[in-house]
Amino acid sequence: MKKMKLWKKVCALTMTIALGVSAVGCGAISEVSKEDETKAASNSTSDGDTIKVGILHSLSGTMAISETSVRDAELLAIKEINANGGVLGKQIEVVVEDGASDNAIFAEKAEKLLLSDNVATVFGCWTSASRKAVLPVFESNNGLLWYPVQYEGQESSPNIFYTGAAPNQQIVPAVEYLAENYGKKVFLVGSDYVFPRTANAIIKKQAEALGLEVVGEEYTPMGHTDYTTTVNKIKQADPDFVINTLNGDSNVAFFKELADAGISSDDIMTCSMSVAEEEISGIGASYLEGHMVSWNYYQTTDTPENETFVAAYKAEYGEGRVTDDPIEAGYIAVYLWAAAVEKAGTTDIDAVKTAAKGITFQAPEGLVTIDGDNQHIYKSVRIGVVNKEGLIDEVYSTTEPVKPDPYLTTYDWAEGLSVSK
Amino acid sequence: METLIMQIFNGFSVSSILLLAALGLAITFGQMGIINMAHGEFIMIGAYTTYVVQNLFRTYLPKNVFDMYCIAALFLSFLVAALFGTVLEKLIIRHLYGKPAESLLVTWGISLILQQLARSIFGAPNVAVDAPSFLENSLKIGTISFSYKRLFILVIAICCLVGVYVLMYRTKYGRNIRGVMQNRDMAAGLGVNTKQVDSLTFSMGCGLAGLAGAALTWIGAIGPTLGTNYIVDAFMSVVVGGAGSILGTVFGSVFIGLGGTTFEYLTDASLGKVLIFVCVIILLQFKPKGIFAISGRALED
Repeated sequence: MKKMKLWKKVCALTMTIALGVSAVGCGAISEVSKEDETKAASNSTSDGDTIKVGILHSLSGTMAISETSVRDAELLAIKEINANGGVLGKQIEVVVEDGASDNAIFAEKAEKLLLSDNVATVFGCWTSASRKAVLPVFESNNGLLWYPVQYEGQESSPNIFYTGAAPNQQIVPAVEYLAENYGKKVFLVGSDYVFPRTANAIIKKQAEALGLEVVGEEYTPMGHTDYTTTVNKIKQADPDFVINTLNGDSNVAFFKELADAGISSDDIMTCSMSVAEEEISGIGASYLEGHMVSWNYYQTTDTPENETFVAAYKAEYGEGRVTDDPIEAGYIAVYLWAAAVEKAGTTDIDAVKTAAKGITFQAPEGLVTIDGDNQHIYKSVRIGVVNKEGLIDEVYSTTEPVKPDPYLTTYDWAEGLSVSK
Repeated sequence: METLIMQIFNGFSVSSILLLAALGLAITFGQMGIINMAHGEFIMIGAYTTYVVQNLFRTYLPKNVFDMYCIAALFLSFLVAALFGTVLEKLIIRHLYGKPAESLLVTWGISLILQQLARSIFGAPNVAVDAPSFLENSLKIGTISFSYKRLFILVIAICCLVGVYVLMYRTKYGRNIRGVMQNRDMAAGLGVNTKQVDSLTFSMGCGLAGLAGAALTWIGAIGPTLGTNYIVDAFMSVVVGGAGSILGTVFGSVFIGLGGTTFEYLTDASLGKVLIFVCVIILLQFKPKGIFAISGRALED
């Protein structure tokens, strides 16, 4: 009996020490990886030999799946720029923060980056919810955010540059294309948060104008994984095509269920707004083969800049990695910012914003131009079909990059949609 | 009519998945008063084991044997999860018997550790498992199609249920388990090695979770947060049915599965979930210990 008690005490003590050591160890590791942070915590942005920038993405939680690769792309761009002499002759120093798929943490980290790290700019966010959470932080502290993901529009903050697609560069052309090629009956399925709801509001107005019939509109909570009923409803409604704005794990369950129900893209075509090469590898190419997506860039996009970019990305992170639209948008955001800073001659926010207007860049997706009116960029629309290797083949693209129109002012049918700023 | 049949099938299919997930929990929760918040992570362990087995088959064995990976995967998922369960039980759970609050916190912490472990080994992005080719497509009767995968899962769930029933009610070990569950001191007094029984039962519960994980790979996403999607529903099934009663868990799963899909069909997914939760709450007002509550050591408080 005594031996047992002694043994228990020894075990408990060992465990406590082990936990203590690993806690210290973890702290040490995170310190090593954030060595930039400790170096010049109180320096202002462009003192000394370096310019500090921030990266704010979800590196853990449900959105980590999508966002870690965008961070990787941004780091690659920074590395390349540094190798070419940096910006204004100075090297770029990076502070990476984890939003942890939690909007409150995004806001907190944004404040930290702006106020205590004094970064010149931040590249970050993915979900519209996280962007909406950090928006007041950037506006009240006159910070600068570069947001690399397609979204629902209805926004043009003076402190955000949007390198992802506005709805007229992704959603609206997709609906037009599908209506022309597949039929008049559309079913809308999406996750239950701001982006799908706003996107579907836009689509319903567009459907009215185009004479389409919305035969169903289903929303599922984030992380929902049981799509038997939804697929049953789709079958019942018998649409000509489905517009899919599901995000995250839900896409996996949805497409598997669709396949199980015996519905292929020949029976009912789907077009997804949030499924790119990165998500395809998590779902399984066989479930998505033949289905469509709408973006502005694919790994297969045929430009010389893209060849270089894909090769560099794979060389840096592994042959098995893929590039996709948000990855490319994050990459070019860094280059666009660097170009704006060079033109302005300073990292001062207001000067950079003024200088950024009209800046062009030969991106992997083609020539992009920053639109001074709304701080979005001109992007070509590309509609693609998923192939059996898990990559996307383009089936339609606009001949010229499209001017961004986040409030859909150029469409008569969109009147009454705009939310006041 | 067809939609009705499809919906009923969907309901039973969801129920079978819930049953698989909850069966292990019914045993550990009912058996020892251990609230195992890491149960979802054992499901995840089973799913990742399936992924690894699939990859091994793909790399080392000829193509025509590939489909057999699912048999190997089912067994190995059970074993690997049971192994993790044994280790966990011997190190930590052993000290938590009869302490529900502590077991809640400790197993919650363990679930976070296991999630991060999965993230570190396999990466944060989801991984994909290809279903074996004999499970592709569906059984078509008229215009109604029953997915083979879901039929297979239904069969697995029924087999597990029968297996657990036979174990618990027709074998010596099962009798020992029930004895320990109903009156630990008396069982010990009659010469049953209660520590060993506890260890085996906990491992079995975890092994069943692993099996559930293997089955789930064909239906949904496999990622570090897989467990968190199922833990709440699993607990609900157990609580509604009555902790410690296998029949209760079956009833609970069917109630939540069929009820949930019906509400979802009539309204939408978000509202459907709300409505079924409301029903569960109402049910628990009248029957706080669940429908088929049995009295056992763990429930005396």
